[in-house]
Amino acid sequence: MIRDFSYSDVLILLRAAQWTVVLSLIAFVGGIVLGIVIALMRTARARLPRVSAMLYVELFQGTPLLMQLFVLFFGMNIIGLPVNAWTAAAVGLTLYTSAFLGEIWRGCLQAIPVGQWEAARSLGLPYLAQVALVIFPQALRIAVPPTVGFLVQVIKSTSLASILGFVELTRAAQLVNNATYSPLLTFSIVSAIYFALCFPLSSLSRRLEQRLAASGGKPQSVRHLNVAGD
Amino acid sequence: MNYVFQFGTLLREWPLLLDGLLLTMRLSLTAMVFGLAVGTVCAAASVYGGKVLRGGVRGYVELIRNTPFLVQLFMIFLGLPVLGVRLSPDTAAAVALTVNVGAYASEIIRAGIESVPRGQIEAGTALGLSRYLVFRHVVLKQALIAVYPALSSQFILLMLGTSVVSAIGAEELSATANSIQSRTFRAFEVYFVVTGIYLLLALFFRETFRFLYRRWTRQT
Repeated sequence: MIRDFSYSDVLILLRAAQWTVVLSLIAFVGGIVLGIVIALMRTARARLPRVSAMLYVELFQGTPLLMQLFVLFFGMNIIGLPVNAWTAAAVGLTLYTSAFLGEIWRGCLQAIPVGQWEAARSLGLPYLAQVALVIFPQALRIAVPPTVGFLVQVIKSTSLASILGFVELTRAAQLVNNATYSPLLTFSIVSAIYFALCFPLSSLSRRLEQRLAASGGKPQSVRHLNVAGD
Repeated sequence: MNYVFQFGTLLREWPLLLDGLLLTMRLSLTAMVFGLAVGTVCAAASVYGGKVLRGGVRGYVELIRNTPFLVQLFMIFLGLPVLGVRLSPDTAAAVALTVNVGAYASEIIRAGIESVPRGQIEAGTALGLSRYLVFRHVVLKQALIAVYPALSSQFILLMLGTSVVSAIGAEELSATANSIQSRTFRAFEVYFVVTGIYLLLALFFRETFRFLYRRWTRQT
């Protein structure tokens, strides 16, 4: 049964886009929290945390996100957790995001001169205070543009949850297309919705980067980190 | 947890996995070569081109970079037939990957071109080289060397991204994993092993790119 593409299909797509946004936010917030841990482990002086965080990053940056999602999806079943596309996607995207953000922030932390660490230590501050009061405020300045840029990547990556069967924007597009058979129209609208979500963020990231470069800070471009097949 | 891991059933499927691996390699290499060409032309157009050309490239790059690859893939595989262009899954995958990586490569190469000092171009012109020869031998070469690290990590991400084309039924590595798991029901084992193959492939590409870089920069 093929029906005509109508206004209600646009509403279906917009409603599904909400799930894209929710999934992106979960992955982004979770990725920030875990990513901070990864970045600190990567820059730690002790060997064990440094090496294990490096392996974590290698693993998530060296394998396709789609395969990570599948391994999680079926792996959860094995350890006795209920298999569910939504959880697998949320957890998978969070881990993936944390690896990339952790690696971006490692660069930002290492861009802070060693003298700053030494100064903080010589003031007698404990490690966490060194990080929170001296290093973070400086690293944050150079970390914001690439982090905002990576959020675009996260939004685009949520489209892979559709392959697991979770109905977000891309999956909804497939469903609408199956019912109406108007692929050009459906996927154009979907592209436009993704573009509306992503373009403001990537422009913002670029503007922040330019402002940082103008102020003499080191721009940390993540452009080369953008995943081609997200 | 009373799950018995069975990796043995996978071993019997190695010819299928090998076929998938070969298509993954073929798709990656095709998209790298053509993507590099598209990226170079677009980068040149956005640096030297007129207003219209620059705007066109800008639009292409922004559109690709701000929409998911999966949607671009569906657009080409499902959308183009409506306009009368019907592509096989493999061809559609290669085209979509090229169009996608071309946009990222264009941005990277443009940054490289802009990083070449003016004096180099003036020196090339002073030697009597035509504009094209200056671009080809003076600007492009230095630009590509400058952005080589960024470009090669983009290409590795592209290779990993090819797994997405399993969604339209191109029988590359991920798709073979899907079909093996639907026959053997050893889903976790299959995806675990295939993920490992991708990891090795990523390391292989990284080392190859490093090797090529060393050879290339030694010659020049």
